[in-house]
Amino acid sequence: MLMKVVEIENLTVDYQGILALDKVNFSVESKDFLGIIGPNGAGKTTLFSCMLGLLNNYKGEIRFFGTSIKKSKKYLGQIGYVPQKPAFEKNFPATISEVVGMGLTKNSKKDKIDEVLQKVWLHELSHRRIGDLSGGQQQRVFIAKALVNDPQILILDEPVTGIDSQSKELFYQILLDLNQKENITIIWSSHDLDAVAKLASKVACLNRTLFFHGISEEFFHNEDLLKMYSESSMQMHMHHHED
Amino acid sequence: MVFEILSYGFMHRALISGIAIALMCSIVGLFLVLRRYSLFGDALAHAAFGGIAAGLFFGIYPIWVAFGVSVSSALGLTKIRQKFQISGDATVAILLSSGLAVGVVLISLSGGFTVDIFSFLFGSILLVSLENTILILGLAGSILIIILLLYRQLVYTTFNEEQAKVSGIPVEKLNYLLVTIAGITVVSSMQLVGILLISSLIVIPNVTAMLFSRGFKQTAILSMTFAVSSVVTGILASYTFNIAPGGMIVLISIVIFSVSLGIKSAGLIKNKTIIPSIKQV
Ligand SMILES: Nc1ncnc2c1ncn2[C@@H]1O[C@H](COP(=O)(O)OP(=O)(O)OP(=O)(O)O)[C@@H](O)[C@H]1O
Ligand SMILES: [Mg+2]
Repeated sequence: MLMKVVEIENLTVDYQGILALDKVNFSVESKDFLGIIGPNGAGKTTLFSCMLGLLNNYKGEIRFFGTSIKKSKKYLGQIGYVPQKPAFEKNFPATISEVVGMGLTKNSKKDKIDEVLQKVWLHELSHRRIGDLSGGQQQRVFIAKALVNDPQILILDEPVTGIDSQSKELFYQILLDLNQKENITIIWSSHDLDAVAKLASKVACLNRTLFFHGISEEFFHNEDLLKMYSESSMQMHMHHHED
Repeated sequence: MVFEILSYGFMHRALISGIAIALMCSIVGLFLVLRRYSLFGDALAHAAFGGIAAGLFFGIYPIWVAFGVSVSSALGLTKIRQKFQISGDATVAILLSSGLAVGVVLISLSGGFTVDIFSFLFGSILLVSLENTILILGLAGSILIIILLLYRQLVYTTFNEEQAKVSGIPVEKLNYLLVTIAGITVVSSMQLVGILLISSLIVIPNVTAMLFSRGFKQTAILSMTFAVSSVVTGILASYTFNIAPGGMIVLISIVIFSVSLGIKSAGLIKNKTIIPSIKQV
């Protein structure tokens, strides 16, 4: 039987009156490739913030590897995280290797940096300054950084916004390899339904509440679910005017 | 002539503590500049000025009062900033003027400016006693060791707090540690460089180094080199021409900065912007 690596129970987040997540329940099994879809403002980033311990005043329970994240922060060592928009000073003096190396914990080896840069096809740029790279290349640097500690779970928050289609293809190939060849569990939020249909083995459909969670094919072959999804997205767009 | 200067004991002390101060200010300054805390050092120095004045007024050893005031305002400011979401530059402005206000009031009460106060404002090589040299060496050594030990965590937290948190780094504790170190650095450097000029030693060598370097380590080493050269040349010039050392040190670092800008705009090294600007999220 596959192990449940993440369990989320009745997760509710209220931003002083704005209900961002409402009694969300799901679990992630080891080696899943879970695509979380949902329109802008659906609560994807909020969900990840809770899972990563960045947001603490939620109701409900989050367990990683069977232990509540309120009890121990050790699970963070098993997680690689690629944020939606990694903000940093544009002229921050750090080379690609230095940025990737920031993720290293004490007992990992230095040659790990070259190894993960190789995985994202950036080893030739390792001495460039991070701010001098294109948006797509920067995203790959952050994937490499997330991989540097050999995580069991990789969490990516809409990692392809503003990236050209060629870079996207490369990016998706990297994710597939990580999931299939290295058995890394992937939790990935995206607006791109086509990409999720192609890559993910499981789908979670979020729009403040979770209204579908299951095998990817089931969702994409079910006209009713797809229709419901697009309607709820429309509604969200009318209520929320943020980007 | 340089040999003659170097035969004086007070010059030895000034140079040795000057080098320690330069190393400390440039590395601590690099973290401050990249966190957009450039004027934080200035605010702490002004708060320390209030402390010096209070020390002189009440007859307590002024440097110790300055240490206390500087470190506690650094911690207080950080706390206020986290709790009330007042913008960084506003809190810096408040601290800066309140420190100066306390200082000026106490000085007026005690009957006006003295030589002591003047040398604290603009720095003096004669102020650096043997006792102070030992103190500065000890503090600079400890600060450099702490930074070396926590190097990766400090760089990571400066680069992106949220990601550092997710990697399990105790970001808040590190922030308090960094401002405490900044408070100590400012007061240790005050006697040589002067309250009014300290922030330039914290900022200018780093901004100059960032013109040339791609990596963090490289920037830190270049910045330390610029800072040490400015301080050593500044102290020697200060003695030779009988000018306050703080002014001389800062002028030399500005010359190095200008020459670097010139080299840069002549296109010898490519890289466009100088002042760091944060990406809007
Ligand atoms: N810090 C905050 N304070 C108040 N409300 C917030 C905060 N962060 C998010 N929200 C609100 O919570 C809801 C969910 O936001 P969230 O960022 O999680 O959505 P998302 O699914 O990640 O959207 P996107 O696709 O645009 O990234 C939105 O209505 C948003 O306005
Ligand atoms: Mg989001």
